[in-house]
Formats: sequence, structure tokens, C-alpha cells
Amino acid sequence: MAAPPIAIELPVKFSRESASPVIVFENVSIAFEDKPVLDGISFKLAKGETKAIFGVAGSGKSTLLKLALGLIKPDSGSIYVLGEDIVQKSEEELFELRRKVGIVFQESALFDSLTVRENVAFRLLEEGHISESEIERRVREALSFVELENTVDLFPSELSGGMRRRVAIARAIITEPEILLYDSPTAGLDPVTSTTIVELIVKQRDVYKTSSLLVTHRLQDAFTMASHYFDPKTNHMQPLPPAAIPDVPICFLLLRDGKIIFDGSVKDLAESKDEYIREYIS
Amino acid sequence: MELISPTDFAKEKVLAVQEYALLSAHAIANLFRQPRYFADIVQQADFIGFGSLPIVVLTGFFTGAVLALNSASTLQKFGSLTLIAQLVSVGMVTELGPVLTGLMIAGRNSSGMASELGSMVVTEQIDAMRALGTNPIKKLVTPRVVSTVFMLFFLTIISDLLGLFGGAVISHLVYAIDWHQYWTSAWQALAFRDVFTGLVKPLLFGFIVSTIGCYYGLSARGGTQGVGRATTQAVVAASVLILAVDLFATKLLMAILGNR
Repeated sequence: MAAPPIAIELPVKFSRESASPVIVFENVSIAFEDKPVLDGISFKLAKGETKAIFGVAGSGKSTLLKLALGLIKPDSGSIYVLGEDIVQKSEEELFELRRKVGIVFQESALFDSLTVRENVAFRLLEEGHISESEIERRVREALSFVELENTVDLFPSELSGGMRRRVAIARAIITEPEILLYDSPTAGLDPVTSTTIVELIVKQRDVYKTSSLLVTHRLQDAFTMASHYFDPKTNHMQPLPPAAIPDVPICFLLLRDGKIIFDGSVKDLAESKDEYIREYIS
Repeated sequence: MELISPTDFAKEKVLAVQEYALLSAHAIANLFRQPRYFADIVQQADFIGFGSLPIVVLTGFFTGAVLALNSASTLQKFGSLTLIAQLVSVGMVTELGPVLTGLMIAGRNSSGMASELGSMVVTEQIDAMRALGTNPIKKLVTPRVVSTVFMLFFLTIISDLLGLFGGAVISHLVYAIDWHQYWTSAWQALAFRDVFTGLVKPLLFGFIVSTIGCYYGLSARGGTQGVGRATTQAVVAASVLILAVDLFATKLLMAILGNR
């Protein structure tokens, strides 16, 4: 395997210990209709890090993302996002904080009565003080990032599933958020389209150094992210040499029955002796 | 079907009333907060007002016509056929115009709002809107409330006029009552309290139609089936509430303005 060029903007020398946390969950619990979904979970997401969250269906992965954005409140525990305690904040107070956090929903959640341009520009249009030309420039820039510049006038119903996810990513990154939350961005997509989406996530991680929580069912997506970097010269991801893999700022978090049963690096995951984890990753 | 205890059932209903009251209060409070979505208000007013015009015109006309037809046979027995215009006029303006227009708008727009907002809920568009820093109540509910209240007021006036016209057509063609006599009699029969009562009611009904439609839409759960259920419940609840509020509003206005 050829070594990557030295000049790459790889997130090497990343130190989880020295990086300040951008998201902190402290003993967070939530139940729906008396059924516990998350039970006293605690973890930190370091600045510049990507945390891939796994678990079987119904294990609370999407709930965790919604909690991180303040869309739902926990029954107990504390959640800090960019240093602010979001549990104590009202909905109106959270709107400003959400400007710094982007989210890509599982089914894209694009506004079906708006065009791609209006969807991507939604947040900028709502702010009301940004000029038309500036909005147009930023929409083009965001759509260019996901390579969908020619879809601006189409409606979401006219796009394929993969294209909708890419538009959702463009909508999430238009305000250059400090944190990105991905809710199963590759679910239900074919392998080629999934790879395109993973490549975009890697691009966002390596080019903009955005911290992110990635909920996924697909282990191979997270392993691809852990073993590849984005090469701006070829505009594609490239495999990393094995020696560089531990330096990639990605870690894995595994949920089971509402509790975290693993939170560590890809190396720790591969070496885990836990029977359930071994079965999960096999 | 899962059985539910009476206590849980009562709690569920009280919670629903509380949520509805909070939604309504927020919808009103947002009128005084920035940003204000004028474009959305105009768009909804066009959809609710202009879009509902055909059903309101037809409902008003046929209600006035059938009111004239039904009451004429009774009036004829007492030799008071000339009172037909007064009866149609007062009946349409104080009661049938506002109530039937409200019910028609509830059927068309409560269901539309519930299904539109319900679909947005189940496809996570409402969550996406919140995640993008926009208050869905301000963006979606308040414009619908403002538009419905405003447009139902004018739709009711149109319905009243068409009802009077329907009565005039029947009176003239079937009972050979002079046009001029009919309109003069209809006009003279109306007192301030009749017109006032007839114009206050659509404001209340418009608020009910829009808030109920939005409440059930935003409460929709469980995919497309949930959206369908929310749509049906919105129409039923809005219709029943219109009739119930009509009774209390009529009694209250009578107490304030006096009986005829």
C-alpha cells in the first residue's frame, strides 16, 4: 500500500486527552412510557473527534442525538454542548446554540414543499439579515461540497435517496457548525452511494475538522472512516497506512439495553474480549 | 385493543386540553414577537380564503334557498309569507351563515392542516425545523391561525349574502315575492345585535378550526396511520367545538346585547 503524501491535512497527532470536550453526557437517563431507553449514560466527545455510535435497533442511538441537540429533554442527568448546559435552557435559548450544531436526519427530513435551494438556505433565510447574493454563494458552496450544484431548483421528491442525504448534509454544514450529528446517514442506501456519503463525512472531518457524532448500523462505514483520510488533491478518500490509523480522531461507542458497553478506539474494539462485542463486530 | 384505566384516560384527556391551551397561547403570543411570517400568512390566506370560496358560495346559496323553501310552507299556513325574507335574513346572518361556513372550513382546512403538519411530524421535518433554529409554532401555527380567523370573517359575509340571494331566488321564482320587497324586508329585519353576533362568531370559529387542526397535526404519532387518525380527529373535534361554542357564544351575546 502506497503511503499518503506527507502534505495531507490529516488529523494526525490528535490527542483525545488534550482536546477540550464539545459534548458531555453525565449520567443521562430517559424513558418513554415507563420503558427506559437510556440508563445513566456518560461519555465525552472531544473537539475534532468523530464518535461512531452503534447498537441494535431501539437501543437509543437516535434518542441520544436528539438529546444532544436539545430536541428532547432527559429525565435525569446533565448534557453540556460547547460548554453550555442544554438541559436547563428553554427552547428559545437553544435556537442560538443550534446554529453551531448541524444534524443529518435518518430520512433526510428535507422540507418537501421547498426546493433544494430553499432547503439548504433555510437557516440563512430565517436569519433574515443575509443578502440574497451571499445566500446564493453559500448555497452553491454547500451544494458544491456534496457535488449537487445542478439540483438547486429541484424538489426533494425529484431526488434519489442518496441525493437527499447529500442535500441534508449540505443543509447541515451551510452555517459551518462546530459539531455535526449524523443519524444513520447511510441507512437504506446501496453500497456505492453509502461510500459516497462516508466520503463526504470523512471530507468534513478532515477538511473542516468538525467534531461529530455518527449513529450507524453499518460497522464497515465506521471502519472505512477509521482507515481512510480525505485527499483534497484527488478529491477522494484514500486508505491510510496501518501505522497512521491509531491517529485518526475516531472512536467507537456501543450501546446495549440503554447502557454504554464500550467506548474506545478501533484498536480497543478489535481487541475486546467481551462476547457480545465480538459477536457484534464479527 | 388495549384497555386503559379510567384514571389514565382522564389524565390523558386533561393533558391534551393543557397542551391545546398552551399551543393556542403560544400561537397568540407569537403575534407580538419577531420574526413575523407575513409571506406565510398571505400564502395561507390565499389557500384558506380563495381556495374555500367555491364551497362557501355553494353552501351559502343552497342553505338560504332551502331555508326559504322550508319556512315558506309554514308561513303560508298563517298567511305570513311576506315574513320569509326576515326569517332567511336573521337565520342566515346570526346562525346558519357563521356555523355552516365554520363547519365547511373545518372540513376542508382543519383536515388539511392536521394532515400537512402530521406528515411533517412523522417525517421529522418539525424536528429538522427546530434543529435549524426555527420555532415551528411561530412559523407554521401562527400564520395559519391569523389567516383562518381573518379569512373566515369575510367568507362568512359572502356566505350570508349568498344565503340571502338563495332565499330571494326561491321567494321570487316559487312564491312570486317581489325582489325589491324581499331585499327591503331582509335589510330592515337586521338589527345591530344580529350583525354583531354574526360577525363575532366567525372569529371564534376561525380560531377553533386553525388551532384544532394544528394541534392534532403536531400531535400525530405512528406514521401514515397516525396522520390519518389525526386528520379525522381534527375535523370531528373542530366541528363539535364549533357547535358547542356557538351555543355559549349565542347565550353570552344575548346576555350582553339583549334578546330580539
